[in-house]
Amino acid sequence: MTDMLSTTQPSDERTRLIRASLARRHLSEAIFRGLGLAAIILALGFVALLFTDIVRKGIPAFTQSNLHLSVTFDPAVIDVDPAPVRTADQSEADFRAASLKWQRDVAMLNWNKVIEASLRAAAPAGFDIDTRQLLTIAETDARHRVRELFVNDPSLLGQTVQVDVLASANADNWIKGNINRDLGDAQQQLAAPARALIDQFEANGTITSGFAWSIFTNVDSRAAPASAGLLGAFVGTLWMMMVVILLAVPIGVASAIYLEEFAPKSRLTDLIEVNINNLAAVPSIVFGLLGAAVFINYMHLPISAPIVGGLVLTLMTLPTIIIATRGALLGVSPALRQAALGMGASKTQMVFHHVLPVTFPSILTATILGVAHALGETAPLLLIGMKAFVAAVPATPLDQATALPVQIYLWQGNENRNFFEPRTAAAIMVLLLVMIMLNGVAIYLRSKLEKRA
Amino acid sequence: MNSLIIAGLLLVLLGLAYQSGWSRGRGLATADGVKVHSRPQYHGSYVAIWALLPALAIIGLWGWFGDGITHNFIVSQIPVDAIQALDQVGLNATIARIKALASGYGVAGDVLPYEQSAGDALRSFQFITFLIVVAAAAVAGIVALLYARSRITARHRARNAVERAINLLLLACSGVAILTTVGIVASLVTEALKFFTFINPLDFFFGTVWNPNNAGTAGNWGSYGLLPLLAGTLMITLIAMLVAVPVGLMAAIYLSQYAPRQLRAVAKPLIEILAGIPTIVFGFFALVTVGPFLRDAGNLIGLSINATSALTAGIVMGIMIIPFVSSLSDDILNQVPRTLRDGAYGLGATKSETIRNVLLPAALPGIVGAFLLAVSRAVGETMIVVLAAGNSPVLRGNPFEPVATITVSIVNQLTGDTDFAGPQSLVGFALGLTLFVITLCLNIFALFIVRRFREQYE
Repeated sequence: MTDMLSTTQPSDERTRLIRASLARRHLSEAIFRGLGLAAIILALGFVALLFTDIVRKGIPAFTQSNLHLSVTFDPAVIDVDPAPVRTADQSEADFRAASLKWQRDVAMLNWNKVIEASLRAAAPAGFDIDTRQLLTIAETDARHRVRELFVNDPSLLGQTVQVDVLASANADNWIKGNINRDLGDAQQQLAAPARALIDQFEANGTITSGFAWSIFTNVDSRAAPASAGLLGAFVGTLWMMMVVILLAVPIGVASAIYLEEFAPKSRLTDLIEVNINNLAAVPSIVFGLLGAAVFINYMHLPISAPIVGGLVLTLMTLPTIIIATRGALLGVSPALRQAALGMGASKTQMVFHHVLPVTFPSILTATILGVAHALGETAPLLLIGMKAFVAAVPATPLDQATALPVQIYLWQGNENRNFFEPRTAAAIMVLLLVMIMLNGVAIYLRSKLEKRA
Repeated sequence: MNSLIIAGLLLVLLGLAYQSGWSRGRGLATADGVKVHSRPQYHGSYVAIWALLPALAIIGLWGWFGDGITHNFIVSQIPVDAIQALDQVGLNATIARIKALASGYGVAGDVLPYEQSAGDALRSFQFITFLIVVAAAAVAGIVALLYARSRITARHRARNAVERAINLLLLACSGVAILTTVGIVASLVTEALKFFTFINPLDFFFGTVWNPNNAGTAGNWGSYGLLPLLAGTLMITLIAMLVAVPVGLMAAIYLSQYAPRQLRAVAKPLIEILAGIPTIVFGFFALVTVGPFLRDAGNLIGLSINATSALTAGIVMGIMIIPFVSSLSDDILNQVPRTLRDGAYGLGATKSETIRNVLLPAALPGIVGAFLLAVSRAVGETMIVVLAAGNSPVLRGNPFEPVATITVSIVNQLTGDTDFAGPQSLVGFALGLTLFVITLCLNIFALFIVRRFREQYE
């Protein structure tokens, strides 16, 4: 009793102690709070740093140097028979063989000479440069472009036409100043006369910079880095997304409906539940192993094909869609169900006529987020051969293809770092833009749903 | 072309069946005084399901066996002496030529007489078999249609039958999850077992040298010791957690306890953006920005840090995991009952004292569970380490040096190579199995802790 009295009795000594400790406690409060704020700022700083870094690195890749050449289809160089015409008694296969042979003959011609002549014509009079160095200015696929013009229209023989071709990756670097201009000759990719000529070209308007449409309209290219584009990877990604949407969404929603609405409590449904939760946590690369072993090695589906990638991503996305859909179904008010049942609807009718329409927007939102996640996945695709170099736009899901994230992986590994680092960042910007758009759609749908509710 | 015709015919059959069932059910309903069990739509669907199944079965059978039958027919059309003169490759080429002739596309070059006649025969064979299959499917479908239609009476429970079919379909869809798990476990285990016929499991699990001889011939396959990869994985995971746990946890505490409403509304989704960024992007960021930055920073203070190192990969992976840690911790902090917090405030504790002494201890098991989930994510992460960890499978303890992880080695051993004959590629599955088991254990343990904790306050 006396103890209590003494402690409750305020004394100067106690007050002083408490006052003293209060300052310390407030300080530690401020420190703790400051640490929290610092953590937020740090996390947001990472987001900002990542985005600004990628954008800063990627922006230069969206401009590209173009060469405006007047190309003469000189009959002395282009010495080839006229293109074959199909005769009445020829089978389709024979005609194809003949025209392929003609195209081969055309390909064997010295197209570099055509390019060389037009480059020399554009150069100032009397400029001295050897042929090999001269050709390093134009992209190596310039000759394919000119050849293609001729194959499509053999009547060009003997004419002179204006053709825009890309400057080579090294020339592009030189113009953009990605290369230190003061480095010695030994460290430069381009020979001194070529560098001088590029500067001349820039001065006389033969080389201009423009928006790099080729990033969006071309497929990947190894021999001609400056013309490497994303179109093939983009179409490959679209095919995969199509497979994912066609398979993962119906199957995922159907399983969620079964588990949430119909499943009896049994060993089997417990097993399914545990399975789905586990699958959601399995590392993505394991799905790649599954794809390699089952779809490719066992079922002999075509390697590197979007259909296999789509199947693997489908299996990966399924748990996400199932879990989200179950959440949405769970959120429907019991009153709605009871009203439907009370009006004499069967359980199936209740689910498909009343519950599902209400949850449709949130299922859609979850689906878009799941698909967006699958869109950025890379590791499992590497294991099923989608890393292969493909220089064509896949026409069907069974053709060889690559995907946007894999294209980023391939480009970041390119030896021509000076040129491909910006280009990789540009590809990342495209990928992120697609993802942001998908997420934007999801957020829009969610807000619309919230307004209605 | 053929498949388009078949799909069209199936659609016609389906529409016909639905219409016939619907009108039959409708006819019942107009009869007076009779109570019909199901609505006409259900009768229609009932008949449609009945008609579709046998037709699909026949087409499926043809799809399964048709190629083999066609192949045998072509071989039977080639003269015996011609077959004997051809090897396997030549035979396949001849068959391809005959198919090309039959398709009307023709072949380049001269056509042998027997090829031409075989091509013509194949053409009529294909036409006839196509007709047979379509006719059989149509007949089966129509017979089933008529049978199902004849069963429709006023008391017929068409709705129940249709709903049972829908139920079965839904159940089959949920079965996909089980099939996936079975597929994962089966493929990992069988291929890993094949690997262990080449390499002693003890050498794999306890070996300290990772040096697969990718060009190796039989008997010289190199060494496949798991420990360097495991050590690299653990080191990167540890660094990632050292970044993600303090930042993520403090961010969650600040957002849930201190932050004004507006800041929370803006900051939370912004942090969660990190969770949606593809990991390849983080990998590129680590490779071209963080790595060189760390190297230069190390040079400034006299440390030699490799641009691609455990540190680089770990830090960036930590950044990737921040939103994962923060949103899980946020949920768990919010689950601590208000009364606990109010009690602490009532005793005169400051906000931070309440958080440190009351909230965190109460939420601790849940938070530990969240950390374990984050760990399992870090262990299975691939692209960041593929790009930024440097791939040097050597046992060493220095985080400034390159390391290799389990996931990196899976990618290296399996990329583009699906000829699962030697241990060089099979080891990918042994590694995958190890990874699967590690992450599975972590996940189960984490879920166990999280769940156990949740029960305390409910």
